[in-house]
Amino acid sequence: MKLYCLSGHPTLPCNVLKFKSTTIMLDCGLDMTSTLNFLPLPLVQSPRLSNLPGWSLKDGNAFLDKELKECSGHVFVDSVPEFCLPETELIDLSTVDVILISNYHCMMALPYITEHTGFTGTVYATEPTVQIGRLLPSPLKDAVEVSTWRRCYTMQEVNSALSKIQLVGYSQKIELFGAVQVTPLSSGYALGSSNWIIQSHYEKVSYVSGSSLLTTHPQPMDQASLKNSDVLVLTGLTQIPTANPDGMVGEFCSNLALTVRNGGNVLVPCYPSGVIYDLLECLYQYIDSAGLSNIPFYFISPVANSSLEFSQIFAEWLCHNKQTKVYLPEPPFPHAELIQTNKLRHYPSIHGDFSNDFRQPCVVFTGHPSLRFGDVVHFMELWGKSSLNTVIFTEPDFSYLEALAPYQPLAMKCIYCPIDTRLNFIQVSKLLKEVQPLHVVCPEQYTQPPPAQSHRMDLMIDCQPPAMSYRRAEVLALPFKRLFEKIEIMPELADSLVPMEIKPGISLATVSAVLHTKDNKHVLQPPPRPAPPTSGKKRKRASEDIPDCKVLKPLLSGSIPVEQFVQTLEKHGFSDVKVEDTAKGHIVLLQEAETLIQIEEDSTHIICDNDEMLRVRLRDLVLKFLQKF
Amino acid sequence: MQGTAKALPGAAHGPKVRARRESGLSIPTLWVTAAWRPRKERGSQPGTPGSEGGSGALSGKSFNSSRKGVPGGTGLGSRTQGGWGPGPGRVLLQVQAPGRGRGPRAGPAWEPGLRPLHPPALGSHARPLGYAQAPPRQIRLRSVPPPPARVYLPCRRRRSRRCWTRRPAPSHRPAARDWLSAVQSEGPERGRAFPAGAPEAGAPGCACAVRAAGLVPAELRSWAVVGQAWSVGSGSAAATGWGAACRMPEIRVTPLGAGQDVGRSCILVSIGGKNVMLDCGMHMGFNDDRRFPDFSYITRNGRLTDFLDCVIISHFHLDHCGALPYFSEMVGYDGPIYMTHPTQAICPILLEDYRKIAVDKKGEANFFTSQMIKDCMKKVVAVHLHQTVQVDDELEIKAYYAGHVLGAAMFQIKVGSESVVYTGDYNMTPDRHLGAAWIDKCRPNLLITESTYATTIRDSKRCRERDFLKKVHETVERGGKVLIPVFALGRAQELCILLETFWERVNLKAPIYFSTGLTEKANHYYKLFITWTNQKIRKTFVQRNMFEFKHIKAFDRAFADNPGPMVVFATPGMLHAGQSLQIFRKWAGNEKNMVIMPGYCVQGTVGHKILSGQRKLEMEGRQVLEVKMQVEYMSFSAHADAKGIMQLVGQAEPESVLLVHGEAKKMEFLKQKIEQEFRVNCYMPANGETVTLPTSPSIPVGISLGLLKREMAQGLLPSAKKPRLLHGTLIMKDSSFQLVSSEQALKELGLAEHQLRFTCRVHLHDSRKEQETAARVYSHLKSVLKDHCVQHLPDGSVTVESILIQAAAHSEDPGTKVLLVSWTYQDEELGSYLTSLLKKGLPQAPS
Repeated sequence: MKLYCLSGHPTLPCNVLKFKSTTIMLDCGLDMTSTLNFLPLPLVQSPRLSNLPGWSLKDGNAFLDKELKECSGHVFVDSVPEFCLPETELIDLSTVDVILISNYHCMMALPYITEHTGFTGTVYATEPTVQIGRLLPSPLKDAVEVSTWRRCYTMQEVNSALSKIQLVGYSQKIELFGAVQVTPLSSGYALGSSNWIIQSHYEKVSYVSGSSLLTTHPQPMDQASLKNSDVLVLTGLTQIPTANPDGMVGEFCSNLALTVRNGGNVLVPCYPSGVIYDLLECLYQYIDSAGLSNIPFYFISPVANSSLEFSQIFAEWLCHNKQTKVYLPEPPFPHAELIQTNKLRHYPSIHGDFSNDFRQPCVVFTGHPSLRFGDVVHFMELWGKSSLNTVIFTEPDFSYLEALAPYQPLAMKCIYCPIDTRLNFIQVSKLLKEVQPLHVVCPEQYTQPPPAQSHRMDLMIDCQPPAMSYRRAEVLALPFKRLFEKIEIMPELADSLVPMEIKPGISLATVSAVLHTKDNKHVLQPPPRPAPPTSGKKRKRASEDIPDCKVLKPLLSGSIPVEQFVQTLEKHGFSDVKVEDTAKGHIVLLQEAETLIQIEEDSTHIICDNDEMLRVRLRDLVLKFLQKF
Repeated sequence: MQGTAKALPGAAHGPKVRARRESGLSIPTLWVTAAWRPRKERGSQPGTPGSEGGSGALSGKSFNSSRKGVPGGTGLGSRTQGGWGPGPGRVLLQVQAPGRGRGPRAGPAWEPGLRPLHPPALGSHARPLGYAQAPPRQIRLRSVPPPPARVYLPCRRRRSRRCWTRRPAPSHRPAARDWLSAVQSEGPERGRAFPAGAPEAGAPGCACAVRAAGLVPAELRSWAVVGQAWSVGSGSAAATGWGAACRMPEIRVTPLGAGQDVGRSCILVSIGGKNVMLDCGMHMGFNDDRRFPDFSYITRNGRLTDFLDCVIISHFHLDHCGALPYFSEMVGYDGPIYMTHPTQAICPILLEDYRKIAVDKKGEANFFTSQMIKDCMKKVVAVHLHQTVQVDDELEIKAYYAGHVLGAAMFQIKVGSESVVYTGDYNMTPDRHLGAAWIDKCRPNLLITESTYATTIRDSKRCRERDFLKKVHETVERGGKVLIPVFALGRAQELCILLETFWERVNLKAPIYFSTGLTEKANHYYKLFITWTNQKIRKTFVQRNMFEFKHIKAFDRAFADNPGPMVVFATPGMLHAGQSLQIFRKWAGNEKNMVIMPGYCVQGTVGHKILSGQRKLEMEGRQVLEVKMQVEYMSFSAHADAKGIMQLVGQAEPESVLLVHGEAKKMEFLKQKIEQEFRVNCYMPANGETVTLPTSPSIPVGISLGLLKREMAQGLLPSAKKPRLLHGTLIMKDSSFQLVSSEQALKELGLAEHQLRFTCRVHLHDSRKEQETAARVYSHLKSVLKDHCVQHLPDGSVTVESILIQAAAHSEDPGTKVLLVSWTYQDEELGSYLTSLLKKGLPQAPS
């Protein structure tokens, strides 16, 4: 059993597990942090950005000078963003049988794998994961308008990739070729997010990716099913282990209120799904008490409407409180009411209706959180010069300082309230204590304190035995020895078995049966009865046939007590039995028959003349004292 | 109420209750096993009533004697008392009242072994069964051979494990079947039937019958449970009801409702020692006790929770969930109740509605209360589609999409390798708002399917829709009013979508109303559970939600008297109460108006009466209502038609099929079709009848990977002529079963191998030197044994496979050489063959 690590990013993993003749890809994350090295793509031509000075190497080599621009001490690439794909050379990706997706953030590299590697398998994901994943901004979709990316992905390819996804529900058992069973479990992080169990009858691997123990909107994490794992692969822990999500939400609200009260605008760069539901719910409770009921909230995204609508229909994937609301029937999320009362308005883009309705001061939720593309670029340009305004970062995926770098110098206030509900290290150690896996495998980042806080020894995974770590492009042999496989004994065969009790509580039965293997399922059937001899002549010949040495005799065990053996011999008509002692045992002599029987602790040797009758008689006497296996 | 009358639960219900009162038995069925009757009679075909009556009495006697003989009662005894299911020997005794038209069914077309009796008035178990006291009944006896290869005898299991070692050699040991016949021929005295050395029945630790069932760990575990159940049962035998089923390799099904009937769905299934109740419905045709299933069948004194492992509700229609609060709160059940999310959401609302009509309008007392509905719903566990729910360690259930109404599901119930699929109500053709039912090729042992439209093959949906729209349009054009009685959820939405799109297309102005209350709420449910609707609605719901209607408005009671045309959807769908009946009474007198019944109507409802052509209806207070309005029936019921049922059977590939939720006559037809087309057995038990299916679950054990790989490496497909055998040793330790190679078994048990070796002296007349003799032996063997590995070693010896042959000079006779042939016990065949071959001498060497 091996684990191939194709991505080094701990929260956007892409691993391949080889297990019992199946090749399973675990997640398909695309590392998008590289966008931060590029200049933002403005919606309208920005004189500031286009007038940035070029940058050239110190040795004067300037062949890249048109592409590299300098902005307040940082160098940026002035082109369409490019991303770091998972490793493709480590393993032949066309041999991947299935891809398991754990949440909608971890599927962005999917079209690349399914459309460009000869992949012919199936992708498994939950329905919310697919529906929301389809909405999320991704290079796959947003970049299609840009010619550079077209070579890699087209919209058609994205659709083709999505068509290979098979929808699954939590706790659904999916058989892979009869060899392995995979099961998604609720992970509590996002709508439809899942952990996966990959198991055969005797082995169990748990894949924990992006899980949360906090009570937010999704169904709570299923921990019990992770128990008794041989290996637990742990990825997708919180990216901000020092921040408490609850505190961050409070800070978010108070900063928002403060800015708006002072007449400024608030910009919240965010994804169109996920934490925004929780933020809206908090604001719903907070608006009136903070006296913000007249402030318009705008949610601008090409998928704003879909995201808000979709969130309301996945009742089965929500936490219990929200489910009971649906049973009333009421929409599970309060943002339905915000929309109804016109407090929250959503627009596909800043063009069209939005420009008519736009009122300041206001709060705008828009993407992309990297501040490199999407409508957020426009608002940064628009509001960046006024210190009244505030930008509040809530998504933890990008470093806010780097995200802001190309906008420097900036007058607007920046608040960093990263809300990451995924497991932190305290929760991890609690979880590991609870589920007790034999081995833990995790990205190497989790086995040492973060580089910026190297003294924080608590910010790493602490377990016994120590976690095995992996890094990009590494192949890990998992400590796993398969000893048994399930086989079914047909009832007819079971009927014919004769158990013997060897020791108290332990019985044995010798089995001779025909093995049938189909779809990786093994069945033992009773051996066919030998065909009855048809005629006398043939029978005679058959008896002369060379015996098939495949007819196996059982093994023997035990030892022969000499005195009893001699008594038995005498009882059976052997007279003149002599016994001699040797170093290792005894020699029994049958003088009449010129036969010699050497008896030792664990061997018996019968030496006789070529008299088959005699030999068989002696054999049967010897066998009486031995146990057969 | 004739013809199918006896199939109606009411009819089955009445006598059952009576029978119990007279007899003190809770058994509506009686199975007499062969074990208690002389063999002669077992072979007899259904013959004269007299002889059968005699055997019936005999069985009654022997029944008693067996109870006396074995203190505490044997498994069979207590099971028969419990009334649930047959013993292993399959002799059926059918008692029936003459002239009730059941004759033909008892004929040759019978399913072997699976038609139990209907409850006659039986004597108590304390005295001989009193068939003589019921002279008008015809008694039929039929012998059915036991199912091949698997005979499960509870008493066998009761032998202790110790007897394994003492068991005689296999050839002398009677096989389970032989044993049975021994018992049969020896008559009722069962003690004698035990092979020598077997301790008396009732010994603790009954996990000994390794052979028959023997090797399943799960079974071992449940045997312990069985042991307990029996000990309980023997103490208070009367307390053991239906639920006292023990672990048998058989599946038993008893409908308490919906057996040859529509309405009051409630089916008991016992599989792998687990008892599951499928649906818990009410009957719309009755207002008395018969409207709910008779739960006392399950157990009379015990708690239901002890006898049922879980309850599954397929969808929210009242004939599938209407009795749930009565069952869980008034009768008392605290175990889990499984249903899908939409069902969980909608079910309490319909129950509350039902309660209101029953209590507030009809003034019934002793009905369940609102609080009971709430408490009942607290016991519900919601399931996702395709989620495998582990009810306990062994029992798992899985829901499939059924497409009948929002949230309708089919359920697979699985224990080990045995499984049953219950379809609930389902629809195989996608409609305007729901998708089609789907199930994978799960090959269950039994498929329990509804059969509402067992004989109907519906024309295309498009035609029906066109017809419907035409009729509505015409009536509205001539100024008439159209009443469409519907249930608030289900067809209502389907027809609303249909009319809404039609109104929009044709630009009609006549108002469409929807009776208020439930319906608005209902549409809201559809919006929130849109993932359960069909693909098209799911795809477009962001742009346009199909359940937001523009033309359809809420109805007010006053509107019914408005002049001019209108279309009204009103609840309930069978015109048996409520608003739809009120409107019907108002409009019935005018021939311009029309009522369209879009679904099935249960017998006894106004809907059923007008559909069967009745035009003068007796209403409450002796009023007679003359129906002049046009009555139309259009099947928009989302039930599968005959084609759809066949399609589902084809999809699931069950080993046998059982029909419920349909009319007996129609079922009969479908049963034949299924048996012809799929060559599987098909059953259609009436309420209270038990169907028993023997199963033969295979036994899972762990095989050591080394052994398996060694075997697999030799090629996967054994040739048909010479099958290759796998040899190994099965180690049984506690409940774990491991198949390992013999060597490994020795090692694991810490035993040393004992090598048994033979060396035979073969004398050969050969005056040449030893080496030359050896060479001759070598060339001879080489030419004879072409398939074997024959080698001539440098030290002068010859090997054939692992058999060693050495040539030595004879001590006395120089013209004779002695060949020493040496082999181990494992190579015995080849070794003895070689000696006999060499004894014949070597062929003359070429000089």
